[in-house]
Amino acid sequence: MRAINVKKITSVIARLFQEACYHLPEDVLDSLKQAREVEESPVGREVLDRMLENTDVSAEGEFPLCQDTGMAVVFLELGQEAHIIGGDLHKAINEGVRQGYHEGYLRKSIVRQPFSARINTKDNTPAIIHTDIVLGDRLKISVMPKGGGGENMSRLAMLYPAQGRQGIIDFVVKTVDAAGGNPCPPIIIGIGIGGTAEKTLMLAKKALLRKVGQPHPDGEVAELEKEVLKRVNKLGIGPMGYGGRITALAVHAEVIPAHIASLPAAVNLQCWCARHKEAII
Amino acid sequence: MVKKITLPLTDETLKDLKAGDEVLLTGVIYAGRDAAHKRIVEALDQGKSLPFDIRGQTIYFTGPSPSRPEQPTGSAGPTTSGRMDSYSPRLIAEGLKGMIGKGMRSSAVRKAMKEHKAVYFGAIGGAGALISKSIKKSEVIAYEELGAEALRRLEVEDLPVTVVNDIYGGDLYQQGKARYRIA
Repeated sequence: MRAINVKKITSVIARLFQEACYHLPEDVLDSLKQAREVEESPVGREVLDRMLENTDVSAEGEFPLCQDTGMAVVFLELGQEAHIIGGDLHKAINEGVRQGYHEGYLRKSIVRQPFSARINTKDNTPAIIHTDIVLGDRLKISVMPKGGGGENMSRLAMLYPAQGRQGIIDFVVKTVDAAGGNPCPPIIIGIGIGGTAEKTLMLAKKALLRKVGQPHPDGEVAELEKEVLKRVNKLGIGPMGYGGRITALAVHAEVIPAHIASLPAAVNLQCWCARHKEAII
Repeated sequence: MVKKITLPLTDETLKDLKAGDEVLLTGVIYAGRDAAHKRIVEALDQGKSLPFDIRGQTIYFTGPSPSRPEQPTGSAGPTTSGRMDSYSPRLIAEGLKGMIGKGMRSSAVRKAMKEHKAVYFGAIGGAGALISKSIKKSEVIAYEELGAEALRRLEVEDLPVTVVNDIYGGDLYQQGKARYRIA
């Protein structure tokens, strides 16, 4: 057994959230630059220029890219031969969020009793923590500061099996069309297919962590991703919804088996400011 | 061509603005989100005075990130305007002339803008660091306990925005989408 102290986890979480909020991953930047090359709408190109300029201002000045520094979503891949010592894992993660958001001048955007009083917790906790137990003795931490604009446009559809592939494509395209400029396009579209209601939503979110535009290893799924992207980019929504060719940068789908009665599908939208950061302890 | 506008907005200025125009705003604006809007409308319902005279003013839908000691503001991009749709028609009727945000507005808001001569500007979502460079001064003027959602008075210089809804019923989202949509 390899021991991992929670103190280490706290400091890694604090650092990752700050870095994620100031610097976009290289693959996201490349994808935006590519979009700038092919966008036909002059207003759309102007918007993409401003977005790219923003990434420079942010990186230089340690200014959050976006004031919405999100709900703190944390994905853990915990090796089954690793042993967490020194305290409570979830408390350590929340402490990391507390420290990172305070030190990094990140916005505290979480309210408790969301259906009534909506009182700000003032430290951006609690984090949303998803844990997978995997082989090995390492701990992989992926953080995703997830803004409200894209998240509010998430949708779940419990389709009939007869609706099949076409049903999924139509559902995703309809969801993106209805969202318009709200989720800050050009977006990345996460799609979950199969499993149960909650699992397919999880898949849609996890799909967003994939390198932008990297196709699914299964050719049939990759074809589906390609077709959805093509249809979505015919909608005309464009950067920030001002009209244009590039409504989405990429479509990432994840698929698992489903019940004989079901074809669950979920969409999780990611704004162009696709912030996430990983570390392995 | 980019139009430079000095705030507050006047009926004369609004006449020249069309959906799709790029504009640089200079002057005073107020920043507030859902929670601040809720309180403003509650104050109006109770006949209480507002923290600022809303007539002729512009509200920016934003909740900035905390500012570092040496900076006037943190990151300050727009939030989704649709969440303010249930409050905006009331404020427009009270004399609000401009709104800045992102994303589409309801038909009720669009109707109120046309009827009372007000406009809606779009700012680039996610570009909060860049936009913050145009904000020279920021102070909380009410509802401090709301934290990021407090009501703020901002002094801005050349704040870059795009006209989405003009006083004639023009809508950039509809026009832009129609132009580039492939059926």
